[in-house]
Amino acid sequence: MTSLSSDVLLESRGLTVRFGGLFALNELNIDVRNGEVLGLIGPNGSGKTTFLNVISGVYSASAGKILLGDIDITREKAHNISSCGLSRTFQRSRLCLSLSVFDNIALGAQRTLNNGLWHNIVQRKSFAAEAQKIADEARELLHVFNPALPDKLFDPAISLGMIDRRRVEICRALIGKPKLVLLDEPSAGMTHDETDQVVDEILGIRKSLGGLTIIIVEHEMGLIERVTDRCVVLNYGKKICEGKFRDVAADPVVREAYLGQA
Amino acid sequence: MTPTSRTLVRVPVWPLFVAVAFAAVALTALVLIENQKLLGAALAITAAVCFCAARFGGVAAMEVAASENPWLLRGLITVASLAVIFVLRDDNFGLLMLATVLIYATICLGLTVQMGYAGLTNFAAAAFAGTGGYTAAMLGRQGGLPDALVLVCGGLVAVFIGSLLILPVLRTRGHYGALTTMAFGVMFNVFLDANDFFGGPQGLKLPGINLFGWDFTNDIHIFGLVLSSYVNYVILTGILTALAMIFVGLLDRSWVGVWFDVVRLDETAASVFGLKIAYWKVLAFTIGNFLAGLMGAVYAKMTGFIAPANFTFGDSLVMVSIVILGGIGNRWGVLPAALIVVLLPEKLQFIQEYRLIFYAVLVIAILTMRPDGLVARRVRKLHTETSA
Ligand SMILES: Nc1ncnc2c1ncn2[C@@H]1O[C@H](COP(=O)(O)OP(=O)(O)O)[C@@H](O)[C@H]1O
Ligand SMILES: [Mg+2]
Repeated sequence: MTSLSSDVLLESRGLTVRFGGLFALNELNIDVRNGEVLGLIGPNGSGKTTFLNVISGVYSASAGKILLGDIDITREKAHNISSCGLSRTFQRSRLCLSLSVFDNIALGAQRTLNNGLWHNIVQRKSFAAEAQKIADEARELLHVFNPALPDKLFDPAISLGMIDRRRVEICRALIGKPKLVLLDEPSAGMTHDETDQVVDEILGIRKSLGGLTIIIVEHEMGLIERVTDRCVVLNYGKKICEGKFRDVAADPVVREAYLGQA
Repeated sequence: MTPTSRTLVRVPVWPLFVAVAFAAVALTALVLIENQKLLGAALAITAAVCFCAARFGGVAAMEVAASENPWLLRGLITVASLAVIFVLRDDNFGLLMLATVLIYATICLGLTVQMGYAGLTNFAAAAFAGTGGYTAAMLGRQGGLPDALVLVCGGLVAVFIGSLLILPVLRTRGHYGALTTMAFGVMFNVFLDANDFFGGPQGLKLPGINLFGWDFTNDIHIFGLVLSSYVNYVILTGILTALAMIFVGLLDRSWVGVWFDVVRLDETAASVFGLKIAYWKVLAFTIGNFLAGLMGAVYAKMTGFIAPANFTFGDSLVMVSIVILGGIGNRWGVLPAALIVVLLPEKLQFIQEYRLIFYAVLVIAILTMRPDGLVARRVRKLHTETSA
């Protein structure tokens, strides 16, 4: 797979998130290396989504530290973290269904766009050129996932099927050329083959972007085995194991965590 | 991939002519007709024509023609407006009503930005308009400031008062934000009623508008015709409505409009992709309050007299109902909705006592038949926009 560079892109130290008395994350130390695909696995309720939420600023940490590159983002608001080059998809789809596919994808490029009132209202020529550029990029991205999608760029997102909505969400996460992408169960609601296809598409795009780092949360173990460089296993908000999927899957503690849940 | 070059298929423009002409005739008829049965018939015919036009593709054809030829549309509307003014030239009551409709419509365009776009419920639009009106009255006492600036100050003071409210509006989510504006809408009246400095319940008198040396109390003599002085106000409010329509339309068809929508629909997704929720809400709140204050100042100077009773919480509710009735988020919808809501109680005297009940029934009736309002919001298609 991809050659691993050892420098760390994201680092969590003693990261703890509490909901009342519940430790959703408990003193978590995780390193994400530059350019790797990190699988985040663990039984239901083990804190995978919470981890993605806290590093993207949706939740705030109760204790501990998160570093993205050299920047401490522990107390940063979500909208500032995004400008450090982090983007994501959500476990439950979060498209704005009444808006067009284009509007949804443009949101992903928001931080690269000119949001000034003067530019948007008065300098319509340069605004239109910017919109055209985003439309071209969105079409190109959508085409990779499904050649039929570019023609639906200005259809409302609600008119798309489940899989195409997922694809649009992934395009939204990729169009801003992020350094780090968080994928929360990209396979949810899809069949085996569809999942494989979508993930292949993501990996294809990743190659063309070069250097993209991905954290992927997934239940589908075949997929995790195929795409990840490394895995971290969570249970009750704690890291119980870490390493190559093959080694992790053979670990007795991990087996017990999964069996204990089943 | 085929780049979508703009298809050069000529769309027929005649539906645009028909639509604008029909709107002008219907508007004139509704303003002119005094007889209540005739008025009912005119309303029924208008509704039937609109229904058929929507049903058999007329509206769609008109929309395509309009979006392909924006300047033709603007030209036609200008010509039609002049024609309406010509017909109503000495009907003071009709002209005053028309100007009032335009003032309401423009305030509701501001509400559209707040509620329809950014999702901020504002139950104090009339209070913000009142802020503008009272600003104009107080500045008029001092004298010295040109009226163009007085009107702008009306808008700015409304923005300022709004900014005092914005913290609770932002901090509290959903219904609580609405409650904050509601409290302000009610308190505004209580405060003015109790305050002699602002004229108390008797209100304040203020002089008419004098813009760049032109006194709005003068009749207009042109081409051997005499136009009532109220034509001044219809032209001014018409221009302001047109500017607000263009501004709000451009806003909607820009990134700003997209971000407003995203903030309304999904704050989590919005902030994860870098939108600062508070900034966009404050921006929408400011734009809407400015329009309300500005038009409130125009209203005050037009009627020459303002009292707390002109800007009640009930009036704020009426403005919200115009936005909902018109089709929330569709700026064209506020025009027919404002016309119906302002005109009918004036015309149908028996309604006046039961004004609020009438609005409630009207809103329920129309929303039952058309859940998205008279003119439902369309999906934004940013690529079709190349020029202003
Ligand atoms: N917003 C929240 N409020 C309260 N409890 C939460 C919240 N989000 C997650 N939790 C709890 O935190 C634990 C971890 O949840 P989550 O991160 O969603 O697990 P996973 O994604 O691994 O299935 C669960 O027990 C869940 O109930
Ligand atoms: Mg989860």
